[in-house]
Amino acid sequence: MTIDQLNEIREETFKTMNLRGLPSDSITGPYEWSVVICMGTGCTSSRSPMIRERLQALIDRDDAPGRIEIVGSGCFGLCEAGPVVIVHPGGTFYSHLEVEDIDRIYKEHLVGGEPVLDLIYEDAKTDEGLLAYSEVPFTLHQERVALRHSGHIDPENIKEYIALGGYRALHQALFEMTPESVIDEVTASGLRGRGGGGFPAGRKWHFTRLAEGDEKFVICNADEGDPGAFMDRSILEGDPHTVIEAMIIAGYAVGSHQGYIYIRAEYPIAVHRLEIAISQATELGLLGDNIFGSDFSFHLELRLGAGAFVCGEETALIASIEGYRGMPTTKPPFPAHEGLWKKPTLINNVETFANIPVILSKGAEAFRKIGTEKSPGTKVFALGGKIKNVGLVEVPMGMTLRQVIEDIGGGIPNGKKFKAVQTGGPSGGCIGEKYLDTPIDFDSLTAIGSMMGSGGMIVMDEDNCAVDVARFYMDFIAEESCGKCTPCREGTTRMLEILEDITEGRGDEESIPRLLRLAKTAQRASLCALGQTSANPVLSTIETFREEYEAHIKEKRCPAGVCQELTTYFITDKCIGCTKCARNCPVSCIDGKVKELHVIRQDECIKCGTCQEVCPVDAVIRR
Amino acid sequence: MAVQFIETEHTQEIDLFRRELEDLKEGRGMLMQALHLAQNRFGHIPVPIQEIISKTLKVPMSTVYGVITFYTRFTLEPKGQCEVSICMGTACYIQGAAEILQELESALGIKSGETTEDGLFTITTTRCVGACGLAPVVTVNGEVHGRMDLKKMRALIGELKASYEEGDEA
Repeated sequence: MTIDQLNEIREETFKTMNLRGLPSDSITGPYEWSVVICMGTGCTSSRSPMIRERLQALIDRDDAPGRIEIVGSGCFGLCEAGPVVIVHPGGTFYSHLEVEDIDRIYKEHLVGGEPVLDLIYEDAKTDEGLLAYSEVPFTLHQERVALRHSGHIDPENIKEYIALGGYRALHQALFEMTPESVIDEVTASGLRGRGGGGFPAGRKWHFTRLAEGDEKFVICNADEGDPGAFMDRSILEGDPHTVIEAMIIAGYAVGSHQGYIYIRAEYPIAVHRLEIAISQATELGLLGDNIFGSDFSFHLELRLGAGAFVCGEETALIASIEGYRGMPTTKPPFPAHEGLWKKPTLINNVETFANIPVILSKGAEAFRKIGTEKSPGTKVFALGGKIKNVGLVEVPMGMTLRQVIEDIGGGIPNGKKFKAVQTGGPSGGCIGEKYLDTPIDFDSLTAIGSMMGSGGMIVMDEDNCAVDVARFYMDFIAEESCGKCTPCREGTTRMLEILEDITEGRGDEESIPRLLRLAKTAQRASLCALGQTSANPVLSTIETFREEYEAHIKEKRCPAGVCQELTTYFITDKCIGCTKCARNCPVSCIDGKVKELHVIRQDECIKCGTCQEVCPVDAVIRR
Repeated sequence: MAVQFIETEHTQEIDLFRRELEDLKEGRGMLMQALHLAQNRFGHIPVPIQEIISKTLKVPMSTVYGVITFYTRFTLEPKGQCEVSICMGTACYIQGAAEILQELESALGIKSGETTEDGLFTITTTRCVGACGLAPVVTVNGEVHGRMDLKKMRALIGELKASYEEGDEA
């Protein structure tokens, strides 16, 4: 592969992609319509591959393959609307499709030229006409850097990545820059590790470059174990080559010839696309020996995780690649000095790598224009929970939580009230209403007792119980603690026991002080970040929702009506006396005659909720 | 329920596995890779297979056992024909995954992590399959069923029972 050959592929392929709403130079391509179908995990789960097959069959039947192209793309972001299909030109945004709906889109839109109005995404329909995908409120407020190609290209075709300038940054690094100048550029960009810690990437690269060793390694951390987070998976599914290109550049910069991508085995689609991407890059001579004919060689292998959250911690991850239990080791020595097989090792997360080709091709200056002074660039979040637009969002750092939740997320559905937003997963905290105008950057989130984390952002409404959420995270951490150090192994188990006591009505006045003492110990004395941050969900909920803890402890009452032991079922006077609840009650503890108000004998009730479910007039409430 | 893994019933499979293992022998730190192969091929990793791995890769049995039991994906016992898995990721949890799990447990008469006597059903919980847009999510042998509620769960259990129990009698 030479740069001329790369440019040739770029020009040839770009011609075929000109319909997709990309910045084009008015090249005319062969197709009349381009149908982009999301093949991310979310849409695949809601049967997008069947839509693709059915459309292909229609095109084949009418012998129209030269007229319509089908692109299976990565995630568009709006997973809630899945399966998502975009038709170009025009960027018509179809959502929530059933497989058969594609017949109408084919007949009315692709043959007839008229968009099928009733299948179009609700927010894309306005009085002034249809909005393109790029114009709906969800997309409008975002800025895509790490996800720049996702939804535009076919991730299983390296040529489409090359068409949008892919692998040019690698050529630039190898032929126009020294390893030191690559590192200087990354340092100048101010890029901070997107895995959660926010350590400056350039410094990590610099330390690994300086470290002495006959062999060095580059590792991509794709062990996204955070429950409710799927940023890294979406990047790998939508644009695997950007990560591969960045790892080769990193190899050149730090002096390594071997890389590993450590990825969760629970991500079969991402693993499959990475395998394809690695083999395509190897075939074109962009990976392997003498890349671009230079004397630089770099090899890349996948390593699968096996379901252990702690392996996201870098030293535990290294132990796992070596084939051992994923247990962290003390730092220092840091991996940059003594990592995989005791050799200097650079570990960055998927999203961090995804920014690298942009930094090299556009320059550190341009990158710094996005985001804030101390946290330049963008951050990808997996927005989930009680929010209208569930999905993947990428926003410039410095945007406030409120903007993300209201402008992009579309607020809380069903007229419910906002309660808290949880960032940083089990290591982060619950942020209440009063901090909603906090700008999103590494330092501001840490200052309010949460953390950026890898990017999970779960919204909760008034129906969620703060104590129960803290218990949920502690249950997770106690199970995932590797057991090596006492403060984490014992501390999390004891904190979990206290939280269970509170949610089950056994809390006493000592519960909160004991939780706080244990939390401090775990924070200060744990070996790795898993233990050190394990108390964040507890501390942040106690700070913001102390009165809710106290209601559980003193009044034996769960205000949100979540904690089963503390709730009672009650039949209101809406009751029409249909006897349905009494007949369905498994312990026969409901009294009442036909057409008279029924009553639950509370001391016998097992709180199964059957009465509430079967009541035809919603007369049974939980309080 | 302890199922005896009888080597003579699986000689062909074991031969194939040995051959796959040969390819890994030269690499560094291949234990995890070998365990993935074994888990995928046999559905669990019984002691005779652990011994083969230990001898071929020259890793002590204690390490092999330690690694298997550390990672949730590797199991010592076989799973049922139908694995129903409830996602317990945050997005699913706050939308009611716990209630759905309770319903499933009482319908099948087993707890999460257990397999029914007849070897048909296993209930597991998983940490986020990443389909948070469809929360709460249940997977059946890897196939995703999204936006579950108690009603849909009951219907799904009915369907599964009908198809697996019938298949078992036939």
